[in-house]
Amino acid sequence: MMVATHVAADQPGTDSLDSAASPNLLSAQQCNLHGCHHCGTVWEGAAENAQCTVCHGRLRQRKTDSLTRTWAFLIAACIMYIPANLLPVMVTSTLLDVQQDTIMSGIIYFWTSGSWELAVVVFVASFLVPLFKLVSLILLTVSAGRRSSWQRLQRAKLYRLVEAIGRWSMLDVFVVALLAGLVQIEGFAKINAGVGVAAFGAVVVLTMLASLSFDPRLIWDEDTEDGADAVDDEHPAVQQDKDSND
Amino acid sequence: MHERPDLIVCEECDAVHRKPLLGRAEIARCLRCDAELERHNGSRHERLLPLTVASLIMFVIANSFPIVEIELQGLSSQTTLLGAVLALNAEGMSLVALLVLATTILFPLVQLLILFYLLLPSTRAMPRLGTKVLLRLMHAVRPWGMVEVFLLGVLVALVKLSHIADVLPGMALWAFAALTILLTAVVSFNPRYLWRLLVIAPAASASQDQESLP
Repeated sequence: MMVATHVAADQPGTDSLDSAASPNLLSAQQCNLHGCHHCGTVWEGAAENAQCTVCHGRLRQRKTDSLTRTWAFLIAACIMYIPANLLPVMVTSTLLDVQQDTIMSGIIYFWTSGSWELAVVVFVASFLVPLFKLVSLILLTVSAGRRSSWQRLQRAKLYRLVEAIGRWSMLDVFVVALLAGLVQIEGFAKINAGVGVAAFGAVVVLTMLASLSFDPRLIWDEDTEDGADAVDDEHPAVQQDKDSND
Repeated sequence: MHERPDLIVCEECDAVHRKPLLGRAEIARCLRCDAELERHNGSRHERLLPLTVASLIMFVIANSFPIVEIELQGLSSQTTLLGAVLALNAEGMSLVALLVLATTILFPLVQLLILFYLLLPSTRAMPRLGTKVLLRLMHAVRPWGMVEVFLLGVLVALVKLSHIADVLPGMALWAFAALTILLTAVVSFNPRYLWRLLVIAPAASASQDQESLP
């Protein structure tokens, strides 16, 4: 069993991950260890689903039914993605006419009215981010399901990115909510939320649920035969990283 | 089943590492996936309670004053965040209203109140009543608080309106900006660290006290 420590100083520009030097690390699953998903305490010889003594959470090697749940949320999100983009998210009624805006027509309005910076912000948050999330999560779920060893580090980083940007697609829901609350000048100008905003909110919530149910540990799981012989060594060979900057 | 305090397991790739001793301002990263394993926090936890109190004050201001007021041909209209939620609800968009209510008001408030309750200084060594349940609840609502996204949404809405009406930013807008900055500092605390601070450390010191009794 090989255990290593690696310490990097908290300074910009000293990112010291050297993939060539990284040893063949073992996962907790291979060592009969459980790292508690809630409090981070490490337990040896615990049964699956046992209760963590520190935080009373359940000890699990992997999130329960991770891939099945992720697929379910992803498929639902893909279905809702269509009405979210086709139905109007905002209905503007003025004295003269009634105008219905979809996500895209809102972006085009910003672009043509001269505020191209905002057009870019809304285009990224409302169009690119949900699409990117759906495609990335499908890619991650398929490759994790096949236990692929392709580009593991890049896939782990992709998952981190998806986690970080997912929330920003709520932007349009908030814009519509605020406008609907604010522009209520009776008989003169009125903005109401359209059905599309409910579908759009559903896409954001469903993709967030999908990325929360996906277990990034699955990216690193080997086929069972690979890990079996490595556990023989009872005494950990500790490798101390000497080139750390401290 | 016994604890291994000398080991640390990467949250993202499950790799086992020997727990490192960290010096000031050092971060340990996973050798395999580069995720953060542990961070030397120093005295940062002393700042957490003041930050939480400041956030709660800003939260109250941000939600009790109008965010923005518009003027159109002599007619004016204003709204608070709660007003916008109620307007959505009145239009029959109750699910969307609930989503906005939960992500901008409910979840951030729950997070702040739990932190405030747990961090208040106490004379007893043992953890406060309900600490474990509350910490787990806080962990669960953490991804769903979206005050910073709402702030960007307000700015987008303001620019959109500025084409058709006079827009006067209200006091709550500034409070939301301050709240966003404060919350970023509060939320950047790894929940694992809170477990250690609030549950593991008090339990260890309590058992030490018992041992030292004659």
